[in-house]
Amino acid sequence: MLVAIAIFTLLAAVFGLLLGYSARRFHVEGDPIAEQIDHLLPQSQCGQCGYAGCRPYAEAIAAGEVEINKCAPGGETVMLALADLLGRDPVPLDAAIAGEKPKLVAVIDEARCIGCTLCLQACPVDAILGAAKHMHTVIASECTGCELCLPPCPVECIAMLPVPQTQRTWKWPYPDAARPAIAARPEAA
Amino acid sequence: MDQAVHQPASPAARRRVWAFNGGLHLPDHKRESTGRPVRPAAVPQRLWLPLQQHIGEPAQPVVSVGDRVLKGQLLARPEGAISAGIHAPTSGTVVAIGPHPVPHASGLSAPCIELASDGRDAWAELPEPWPDFEARDPAELRERVRWAGIVGLGGAAFPSSVKLSPKAGQPIHTLILNGAECEPYITCDDMLMRERADRVVEGARVLRHVVGAGTVLIGIEDNKPEAIAAMQRAVAAAGDARIEVVVIPTKYPSGGERQLIRVLTGAEVPSHGIPAQIGIVCQNVATAAAVADAVVHGRPLISRIVTLTGEGIAQPCNLEVLIGTPARELIAQAGGYTARVAKLILGGPMMGFALPHDDVPITKAANCLLAPSRAESPPHPAPLPCIRCGRCAEACPVGLLPQQMYWWARAKDLDKTQDYNLFDCIECGCCAHVCPSHIPLVQYYRYAKTEAWAKEQEKRKADQARQRHEQRVARLERLETERKAKLRKKKEELETPPADAGAEDPKKAAIKAALERAAAKKAALAAEGLAPRNTEELTPAQQAQVDAAEARRAATAPAGAQSEE
Repeated sequence: MLVAIAIFTLLAAVFGLLLGYSARRFHVEGDPIAEQIDHLLPQSQCGQCGYAGCRPYAEAIAAGEVEINKCAPGGETVMLALADLLGRDPVPLDAAIAGEKPKLVAVIDEARCIGCTLCLQACPVDAILGAAKHMHTVIASECTGCELCLPPCPVECIAMLPVPQTQRTWKWPYPDAARPAIAARPEAA
Repeated sequence: MDQAVHQPASPAARRRVWAFNGGLHLPDHKRESTGRPVRPAAVPQRLWLPLQQHIGEPAQPVVSVGDRVLKGQLLARPEGAISAGIHAPTSGTVVAIGPHPVPHASGLSAPCIELASDGRDAWAELPEPWPDFEARDPAELRERVRWAGIVGLGGAAFPSSVKLSPKAGQPIHTLILNGAECEPYITCDDMLMRERADRVVEGARVLRHVVGAGTVLIGIEDNKPEAIAAMQRAVAAAGDARIEVVVIPTKYPSGGERQLIRVLTGAEVPSHGIPAQIGIVCQNVATAAAVADAVVHGRPLISRIVTLTGEGIAQPCNLEVLIGTPARELIAQAGGYTARVAKLILGGPMMGFALPHDDVPITKAANCLLAPSRAESPPHPAPLPCIRCGRCAEACPVGLLPQQMYWWARAKDLDKTQDYNLFDCIECGCCAHVCPSHIPLVQYYRYAKTEAWAKEQEKRKADQARQRHEQRVARLERLETERKAKLRKKKEELETPPADAGAEDPKKAAIKAALERAAAKKAALAAEGLAPRNTEELTPAQQAQVDAAEARRAATAPAGAQSEE
């Protein structure tokens, strides 16, 4: 009896020490779950979820403070990916952001721009180029379409335009059972 | 004549050929368009040259609107490593550079150079012909192939110069020329080999020299006896024992690169790999002819042979077409449409895609304009549920599991489709052809492939945005700490009590020093007995004024000032 108690006490002490040691030795800085969530988010840094960028939203999700249906640019795809990652049940998209929008890019009307630099300060990814009292312009390839530059502009010279589709960005459509795969007729026929 | 067919140098009957799994035996419909010899198409009034006719980066125009150009002059230069230049197919004027409908499955317009022909068809000055190519450095020849804007003319349109650049540690032992032309209806390579076999063989010799291969195998399906005979004659005439024409059994898709390599050598190209990894380079026979033109004759790629066929075309034929010629003009030259035309397809019936209209230019990759009748290409029946019969898997020439890929693509699970090697699918259409439920399988694979590419692209963009955002946050933090440090320093300066104020304040120190100097000077003068003279020997009037001023000062000055005196 006593031997058994001694053995188990000893074992408990050994494993306790081992656990305590590994907790310190293999300590992970930051939250790996938040990191994984952040990698699923679209990184537009638009703040439509109510957080100041994708990373803070990822941290809030990891902490369980918020639902996974707040990401507007990600839409349903990101929500499903998050549900998959976190083992949560998919939830319908937040009513405020429902309805997926086409991809947008900011375009500055350079004739109307007064060079106030307010949009430069608002852009989360430094995609606007310019200096005080000099015309600004958007680096289209870096623009995430977050629309954060629109409110600060005092002369409303920024417009959000849909990204034009090219041969390289075109995608084959999902096959539609009702429509034959090839159904065109030459006009000149 | 039959003597040449059984030359000892080309023991076609004796060479072993391998078989690949799956594939189909299809009615080949080649005879319709091989009845007439290849004839040059008329030079059109207007040509549209898409800047992107190849895989890779689009070409960059080097001419501007209004420029007069000559036939063979460079219009757009290759941009980046994987790209191909574009040359003027005829002489004329550049009318516009802008979007125009192009032959692409999307039906979208793309940037094109629009050329108005002047009807003179005058050649520009061309580089020197190199009939002595064997004495030249392969790198020089590769550069010439790149200059000529040659891409794979079998349909893939991959820039040939890239394929001809061997990587270190990957010696090429075999060059394969693809003359299989396995897809029904298409006969442009067949006609090329019948009529211009010597040029194909010349191209084979150039390519062999460029890649440093030991042997050249020219694979031709046994349903093209005229082409086989012509090629064997040309090989015998060239007297090169290292070149061999190999007759292979007719089976679709033996003209696929991996399938042809398998049939001719028995070797398997690794998944996600390229033939160069197993020491093989494969080029289409038309590409070889274009290489011969570029190297031996110094001419860029400005034309190609196009098959016009199907019951919807009055006189099926093969035309030698200037790149950029509108499809409509070619069809008119083939006698126009018949009443039975149902649609217009670019490419063959298995892998081609329907064109929304015929106002699109012929590109380097366009090998066939097929106008089938309703009987030849019946409307696709409505798909039924998959019954898991497994016939698609039996037909797949790549050895994939089409049914599984279909299942996951239908469920939009892109990761799973890739687990089943979706990207090894060559979209040959065998699976969809045999499917008893008429499921458009290839459509699902194409959907899944482009979706997966787009997703990867998005991921890259998101990573870039994250990095930029993180760097911005870091920069703002750094600026904020710098600003705070500056403020703190200033505040500290203001709050420090003036312990040695004289030393600290330069103004006070200067005043003090000046006062000290004045006092010292006064003392020195007093010691010499000198004093300011204007205080002595005053006239009574002056004395009175001084007294008045003193009295005024005494009356007005504050108490502190008086006590100082």
